[in-house]
Amino acid sequence: MTTDDHVGGSPARVGGIDRVTGRQAYVADLRLDDALFVKLVSLDVARARIVAIDSSAALAVPGVRFVTTAADLPDPMPRFGPQFRDRPVLAAGETHFHGEAVAAVAADTLDAAEEGARLVRVEYEELAAVFTVAGALDLAAPLVQDPALRPGDPLANSNVLREHRYGWGDVDAAAAEPGLVVVEGTYSFPMVTQFAIEPHAYIAAPDGDGIAIWSSIQHPNWLQKVIASLLHLPLAKVRVFAPDPGGGFGGKQHAKFEPLVAFMALRAGRPVRLVLTLEETFQAVRRGASEVRVRTGFRPDGRLAWRDVEANYLIGAYADIADRTVGKGSYTAGGPYRTPAVRILARSILSHTTPSTAFRGFGNPQQIWAVESNMDEAAGILGIDPLQLRLLNVADRGDAFIPGDTPADGRWSETIEKAAEMIGWNTPTPAGRGRGIAIGLKSGPTTGLSYSTVRLLSDGSVIVHAGTSDMGQGARTIFAQIAADELGAPFEWITVVSGDTAVVPYDQQTSASRSSVFMGTAVLRACHDIQAKVRSMAARLESVDEAEVVVERGAVRIGERTLAIRDVVKRGLGRLGGEVIGVGEMRKDAEPDHPLGGTAAFYEFNATAVEVEVDRETGDISIPRYVTVSDVGKALNPLQVRGQDEGAAVMGLGHTLMEQMIWDDGGRIRNLGAIDYRIPTSMDLPTEMASDIVENADGPGPYGSKGMSEGALLPVAPAVAAAVTDATGAVIRDLPLSPERVWRALRESGDVAGAPGEAGS
Amino acid sequence: MTAIRIELTVNGRPRSVPVEAHHTLLEALRDDLGLTGTKECCLVGECGACTVIVDGVSVDSCLMLAAEADGAAITTVEGLAGTDGVDRVQRAFLATGAAQCGFCIPGQLMSARALLAITAHPTKAEVEEGLAGNLCRCAGYEQIIEAVLLAADEPDAGDGTSEPAEPAP
Repeated sequence: MTTDDHVGGSPARVGGIDRVTGRQAYVADLRLDDALFVKLVSLDVARARIVAIDSSAALAVPGVRFVTTAADLPDPMPRFGPQFRDRPVLAAGETHFHGEAVAAVAADTLDAAEEGARLVRVEYEELAAVFTVAGALDLAAPLVQDPALRPGDPLANSNVLREHRYGWGDVDAAAAEPGLVVVEGTYSFPMVTQFAIEPHAYIAAPDGDGIAIWSSIQHPNWLQKVIASLLHLPLAKVRVFAPDPGGGFGGKQHAKFEPLVAFMALRAGRPVRLVLTLEETFQAVRRGASEVRVRTGFRPDGRLAWRDVEANYLIGAYADIADRTVGKGSYTAGGPYRTPAVRILARSILSHTTPSTAFRGFGNPQQIWAVESNMDEAAGILGIDPLQLRLLNVADRGDAFIPGDTPADGRWSETIEKAAEMIGWNTPTPAGRGRGIAIGLKSGPTTGLSYSTVRLLSDGSVIVHAGTSDMGQGARTIFAQIAADELGAPFEWITVVSGDTAVVPYDQQTSASRSSVFMGTAVLRACHDIQAKVRSMAARLESVDEAEVVVERGAVRIGERTLAIRDVVKRGLGRLGGEVIGVGEMRKDAEPDHPLGGTAAFYEFNATAVEVEVDRETGDISIPRYVTVSDVGKALNPLQVRGQDEGAAVMGLGHTLMEQMIWDDGGRIRNLGAIDYRIPTSMDLPTEMASDIVENADGPGPYGSKGMSEGALLPVAPAVAAAVTDATGAVIRDLPLSPERVWRALRESGDVAGAPGEAGS
Repeated sequence: MTAIRIELTVNGRPRSVPVEAHHTLLEALRDDLGLTGTKECCLVGECGACTVIVDGVSVDSCLMLAAEADGAAITTVEGLAGTDGVDRVQRAFLATGAAQCGFCIPGQLMSARALLAITAHPTKAEVEEGLAGNLCRCAGYEQIIEAVLLAADEPDAGDGTSEPAEPAP
């Protein structure tokens, strides 16, 4: 690399100044003149038949302009969804989950909209509903989804949306081998919610002969397609503005209320805005709950012989992207191990609950909780050190550990060993503590398409168009670093434009930790395109053959002479000025025969090691030491890498220690909102947190990078649970490891004798 | 609904604002004064995104009626900046990478400033406690805490971060 390298350093975050001064405008901060305020109307039950809706009292409230119900929308009710077109714009005839909107009030003020919403009278009849895996699978269970939405599907008359079957080898034959040790367990993962601090917000406005939508969305181009399809508009007539989301975590990937506000804006002929309350976001997005049974056969020396996984994921009332999280999350349930025979069956099961969707880790944390806990139980049964059991079985780089997919793309044992060394695995555990280690693997994107346009202006400054949503991961900073190095521009001279589908070229999505690899490559290629044009320009200016000109990393070399790109461009553009435009594309096409539709572009791999202390009297877990190590290929921005890994770790501690949505018998969420649903605060952190990375430049992204940001969340729960077992002997197979659950487990395991009053050790 | 007029000093500027009697200080700042740097999330005083400083004390502005703030001096994130564009706390947040998505950051900054006004050189535990009312779902707490400790180590550039905000003149 040349001097002035920005890649690999940590320059000031693009958008950082706006974030610390309050100038960063999120959707709810935008003010459109004359906008109407929208408030949703929902029922305090999960499933109900809507008998009648009476809006007259609401319409009598001063300032209320209109009330939209299903009757005001096209018939049949327009439906949308990334996998199945099953989600109605408003509940049509029947609600399917607690909080589903049945009407929406538009008014001059938010006060009037809220007052109107309280006065919309809905006559309804509560219906039988299902909220659990067992309830949904009961043959007598009511169907969540109308079978007509899945014509020809043999599963349409059940609550199983889809079954996913993967595997290799012959598990039955492998299991017949004598002398194997079989370890079996069923592990549960509760419903948790994304809880972005920015509640979802939407604005829609008529825009010429089309429509404009503002949304805190991760996938503006996907939203553009949804709106165009529902409104029968060409894509070019749907303009999506996607200001930086205030946290996404998967919950803002796909359309939710954008179609509703679009219809309402067209009816109003003016802008309408809907900002959800935090309680409403709990009723809009969550992670799929799971019950995963793992059976694994080990040879007595610890080598894996076979694994059989049956995973039931409880998704919600509409599919959203949840079934894909089930399919993709369970696909890697063999773990990052060499296993001769693997059989995986995963079901996505509909229920009358909040539609689950993507959430950091995308279906993997659930199965990794199960598989890694199973590995730890096996270590105990086999009498093998948990670290050694993993090192014995983990795939080496190049191993086809999932036959037919991308071979292992990292030296994963190096990551494991680094985490072990950092926690001091081979030193005695301090008295009163327990230690645990676990690893996590996630398959990266299987397909993808990103375009970027980079414009080198006549003074050498640069505008990068890159449609990634910068939701905290710092994507724009990465793209600016690449452009600065490739085009020799000062970092401060780079502007990155995103979040406007009328201006910025297509990007498939911001998810799967893909953006550095996919959009980063598109930006890099756009810079290379500019370099090629600068090369021609330099040859013309210097009257030499193009073959004599080399352009790389911001410099133009002709023989012994080195010129700055910016100087060549200034001369080359001449008196008229102008700019040099480069375009770049990164595409990974679908592979129709692959069970996921494509092989992994890369894998995210993380090893997490912890030390815990368990309060025998309260069941409270504290974490004196925490270590997280990710294989990132190449850290394009080490400061941001650290923020992502440590943030993912702390987020993982949330579902590990405290988070769960609690439901009553009627399918209503009982801990709706910030008071009763706890996420980690600054008082819940490990005493010492250490994060590190492995860099072997073996990724497919710019400069050898891989995607990262989700990996460090994957193995948090099994690492902590293993440490609790190490400290107390108690084996816990259900999350979260709340004080109550741990307290009970201690009594059941005999670690603490007697009744509560006699507790202590 | 009844509108009343309140007098505030916001970031040093006198403001006379008509507000609905039931509206919160958060609504007055965001909707009536257009100061959208202060964020809205939980509305029940749990997340801290709406933290502002009222007469030197950090307050969840979603829990305070606008009318209660009549006559008060209020500092919001828009009023933090010193003459060079950012104060030492903001600068430290940038240096440690503490601002990820950024949505909680205005509240974190206000709590940090309130903490440093009372405790010029806090310990790590004191920072954790001082910011315990500010949720960050990017969970960038480690870098946020580092930022506050870093800011405390920097000399006060006379931008007011070592003093509570002054009451209205």
